[in-house]
Amino acid sequence: MDKALLEIRALECVRGDKQLFSELSFSLEAGSLLHVHGPNGSGKTTLLRAIAGLVLQECGEIRWNGELVTQQQDEFNRELLYLGHHYGLKFELTGYENLKVFANLSGSETSEHEVEAALTRFGLAHCVELPVKVLSQGQKRRVALARLLLQPSKLWILDEPFVALDVAAVELLLEVIRTHVASGGMVILTTHQEVAVEVGSLQHLHLGSSVRQH
Amino acid sequence: MLAALRCMVIRDLTLAMRHRSDVLTTVFFFIIVVSLFPLGVGPDAQLLKEMAAGVVWVAALLASMLSLTRLFADDFNDGTLEQLLLVPQPLALIVLGKVLAHWIISGLPLVLMSPLLGLQFGLEGDELIMLMVTLLIGTPVLSLLGAIGAALTLGLRGGGVLVSLLVLPLYIPVLIFGAGAVTASAAGMGADGHLSLMGAILLLALALAPWASAAALRISVE
Repeated sequence: MDKALLEIRALECVRGDKQLFSELSFSLEAGSLLHVHGPNGSGKTTLLRAIAGLVLQECGEIRWNGELVTQQQDEFNRELLYLGHHYGLKFELTGYENLKVFANLSGSETSEHEVEAALTRFGLAHCVELPVKVLSQGQKRRVALARLLLQPSKLWILDEPFVALDVAAVELLLEVIRTHVASGGMVILTTHQEVAVEVGSLQHLHLGSSVRQH
Repeated sequence: MLAALRCMVIRDLTLAMRHRSDVLTTVFFFIIVVSLFPLGVGPDAQLLKEMAAGVVWVAALLASMLSLTRLFADDFNDGTLEQLLLVPQPLALIVLGKVLAHWIISGLPLVLMSPLLGLQFGLEGDELIMLMVTLLIGTPVLSLLGAIGAALTLGLRGGGVLVSLLVLPLYIPVLIFGAGAVTASAAGMGADGHLSLMGAILLLALALAPWASAAALRISVE
């Protein structure tokens, strides 16, 4: 399948009065992974947030299936799973309740069993009934990542997903990512850690080489 | 769509149940502010009766301000707000769910408490019912309009004070017609006109405020 699903054309993002990147173009097809590299402050997070639609780009286009993302926001959001620096979890709710809320809002029919299975896969079987606030940093990250198993999204945007994870969890996440890419999914991720993500068709994007100060 | 709305309301109510102190602060603030007036003004029954509606209504406005800053701030701080922006549901619907939950938590208790507080001021039968009815129509408007202010000031330093400055002037029509209805009915005139106007304000706010808040949220999150 050659058709590019996600297409970025001449993207330019500005934070404050600093231009992070401009004339950025790339495309991503089904079954591929994009690893975004760059030093701190080079605009990796901004790029991911721009693709997710959380940050408005200065100029340029983001197309999904050949159409502008802004013209099909709901359809695009259905295909998108964005996990950022924040866990995006309510600390007073249990891991189960957190996942259930997002499963319900994303409109997918998710049974209790599936939610529990996802938590179990990420090694959280014993803390299903615990509020997220009593979990450790790594466990909180695992709860957030368990959403990957529950929502049938095609495009995963993961901002530093390996932070706070132990070796076993890193392996598990890599495994999950490999499976997703192998089944025709797309992943965009940033990480400073050297992790072997050699799966499917792998692309690298280096930000920060053309950072200019206005 | 309705499932998503229900899901949001239940989520926020569950969160509120695990933070009961927050809910109780609003109600006790309302009770204390209203109770301070008879103490300050003195035991002049006629005077108290005349100012009852105004006092209860102003206290309701202030009490609803109290919990407003947290409407979106908690979700913003822990990153769930940006996740809510990304779910495949209209953002206005999500906002409406949150506002509805906010009203159940902070508006409905005021409505239920108001007859008791009205008794302190010597209000009777019909006036008490009228006070309750105006609050029942008016407090959802407070939550709806307040959501716009809360969304606009999200993430700003000193957002709490700013919300009050932005939103309190918008509350003026509700205050005038709400307190006016009680006074009119106490004076033996019909309060139908006041109530119809409040109903119209509620419908207008219900139709427009979620969209305005949603637009403000998108700007604030960026």
